[in-house]
Amino acid sequence: MVAMKKVYLQLLAALLLLFSTSAPAALRVFACEPEWGALATELGGPAVSVYTATTGLQDPHLVEARPSLIAQMRKADLVVCTGGDLEQGWLPLLFQQGGNSRVQPGGSGYFEAAAFVTLLEVPSRLDRAEGDVHAMGNPHLHLDPRNIALVAAGLAKRLAQVDGANAAQYQVRHDDFAKRWTQAIRRWEQQGASLKGIPIVTQHKSWSYLSHWLGLREIVTLEPKPGIPPSSAYLSQVLAELKQKPAKMVIRAAYQDPRPARWLAERAGIPAVELPFTVGGSDQAKDLFGLFDDTVARLLKAVQCAGMEECRGRQDAGGGQ
Amino acid sequence: MIKKQFAVIGMAAVLSQPVIAQEETQQGTSSEAKPGTGGEMRRPWQTQRPIITSNAFNPAVSLILYGTYSRFTKSYQEDIHGFAPAGDAHGATREGLSLQGSELVLSSNVDNKFYGSLILKLEDGKAQVEEAFFQTLGLPQGLTVKGGRFLSGIGYLNEQHPHFWDFVDIALPYRAMLGGNYGDDGVQLRWVAPTPLFVEFGAEALRGENFPASGAAKRGIGARSAFVNLGDDVGLSHSWRAGVARLEADAQGRMFEDHAHNEYSFTGKAPLNVANFVWKWAPLRNPAVTNFKFQAEYLQRDESGAYTFGSPVQDVRYGAKQSGWYAQAVYQFMPRWRVGARYDALKGAMPPVELAGTILDPEGHKPQRASVMLDFSNSAFSRLRVQFSHNQTAPKDANEIYLQYIMSLGAHGAHKF
Repeated sequence: MVAMKKVYLQLLAALLLLFSTSAPAALRVFACEPEWGALATELGGPAVSVYTATTGLQDPHLVEARPSLIAQMRKADLVVCTGGDLEQGWLPLLFQQGGNSRVQPGGSGYFEAAAFVTLLEVPSRLDRAEGDVHAMGNPHLHLDPRNIALVAAGLAKRLAQVDGANAAQYQVRHDDFAKRWTQAIRRWEQQGASLKGIPIVTQHKSWSYLSHWLGLREIVTLEPKPGIPPSSAYLSQVLAELKQKPAKMVIRAAYQDPRPARWLAERAGIPAVELPFTVGGSDQAKDLFGLFDDTVARLLKAVQCAGMEECRGRQDAGGGQ
Repeated sequence: MIKKQFAVIGMAAVLSQPVIAQEETQQGTSSEAKPGTGGEMRRPWQTQRPIITSNAFNPAVSLILYGTYSRFTKSYQEDIHGFAPAGDAHGATREGLSLQGSELVLSSNVDNKFYGSLILKLEDGKAQVEEAFFQTLGLPQGLTVKGGRFLSGIGYLNEQHPHFWDFVDIALPYRAMLGGNYGDDGVQLRWVAPTPLFVEFGAEALRGENFPASGAAKRGIGARSAFVNLGDDVGLSHSWRAGVARLEADAQGRMFEDHAHNEYSFTGKAPLNVANFVWKWAPLRNPAVTNFKFQAEYLQRDESGAYTFGSPVQDVRYGAKQSGWYAQAVYQFMPRWRVGARYDALKGAMPPVELAGTILDPEGHKPQRASVMLDFSNSAFSRLRVQFSHNQTAPKDANEIYLQYIMSLGAHGAHKF
């Protein structure tokens, strides 16, 4: 037993030595959500290698601390996440199990986007009877492109701090990105001007920042409480409400169950629009620019469609199916 | 000895590194949050921070309440034929209406280098410390040290608390060979390899007070374990984990009592090997609508030592190779609803003639059980379950029906894969 222990210890020591000497070629970024993976790629370019923990077709609320994520967390130099408790069901486990001291919260290796923007919908009443509410406010902050700009500035600084050798490169890439992003926001705001004040139905409170930015009016949500799927009785109630105050469309994220939105759209005679929600959520949303190009385009298409008789109740208007 | 000292110095050096990063972040952000394109949303983020009170640093608290209504056919026996009863195991349940358990969980980061957690099981007249440990966050090279009382990292089910089980009761091999879950006072060292494939090695030294160990042998290091776990994704919808583990437990005066109140005491070695496999499916990693989980484990032990029993007292050499396995599948067929099926079986061993006819004697019987369950989760915090089991752990078959609730209050608990 003692001899076995000795061998085991020596083996461990040898392995440690082996791995401690190999220097990484690029800064390894672990991004919790695709939008931050895309942003890290914009700002880091060839200086970073980005691993994105979730896909655009995945519900960021329901992520499991899979073994593959622990293995990636183990190697990361910088973890970039939304924060605001969005990842509380899985990220703490990765921190505990990954054995990576460089990226623990509180240190420079952990970056939280929520720290750079003012969160909307901070609940005045914290009670689970209100559903799975986020105590710090609505964390789905990336769908206001102005927030992306704020986070980008913070992330560029952090990249430079963690990877000092490439600091100048991050600065240059950020300046370039910020310029292109400001122009793009202007373009989307012009294109989306006609969306202001339009009443919509949403599936989950994941669109508040988009609505806030474009001036959409969310009149009702398909989830009776956040995180609780709608029952048919509740949907009928929503349908009755829509008779009183009609909406132009129902929107939902690509990862969400399409059935409740379709059911309602068919009966209310309005289009059900599938939006990419994040990078990778549609074929067009290949990067952050594509995400907003596609989102605005799909909304505009649905508005035009909503006026026309042949579009009534059409499934997933907005193209790209 | 020299190696040990070296390790201690190394650990101290790591722990004494100053935390500069936190300050830098805070200074950095006030300028970063300057109004750029923020529209009406721009405001320095500090303004929305809550006023810090002493309560803000309280640990995360969650409370888990669970209880059952169960009905068994008359032939039901709690004993498993051929296996020594595992003491006060929460593997079995009582008939009728009963509180199955109430757990209080307190956990928090201690500081930038440590995490701590306490799990209390509250019962009438006592509060039992199920787990109370610290865990390092700041060791280099993928190392983690856990110390205190904790559930051993062997197997897959062993680290799971009852509220996370997919069935009302734990699988038979765990109940028979680990007394439910095996937890003890000790230290654990884990190392995650820096590879794309998840590879984790772990080793534990434990007090050896609890079943299958007993009596804190070897001056209070009566159990030792080692485990290896592997895991990865296959495509976008599948992931798996597999592992092997060995627990070497010393039993010193491990007691059980039969129905006639005769006492039997075992002293000897109880080594246990575990192999486990878990496979999960969620379409495009989206478990919200449908998902599937399959898990199977094989446990095998080789007890050798002596039993002391009877009056006048007899000492009998005892050796038994026993094994058990289970396989289960759980399928969420629509949001909030899951069905599951489980089969578990044990294989006993003939005891020496002096112990023939006792509970240790399988008398040619092979304990096995088949269970099906259906559960409904209104949200991530509440679950209601119905389970039916056909039980052949004793020579006479028995049927069992359970209704169960599991309620989680407070902090959002994260669960392991």
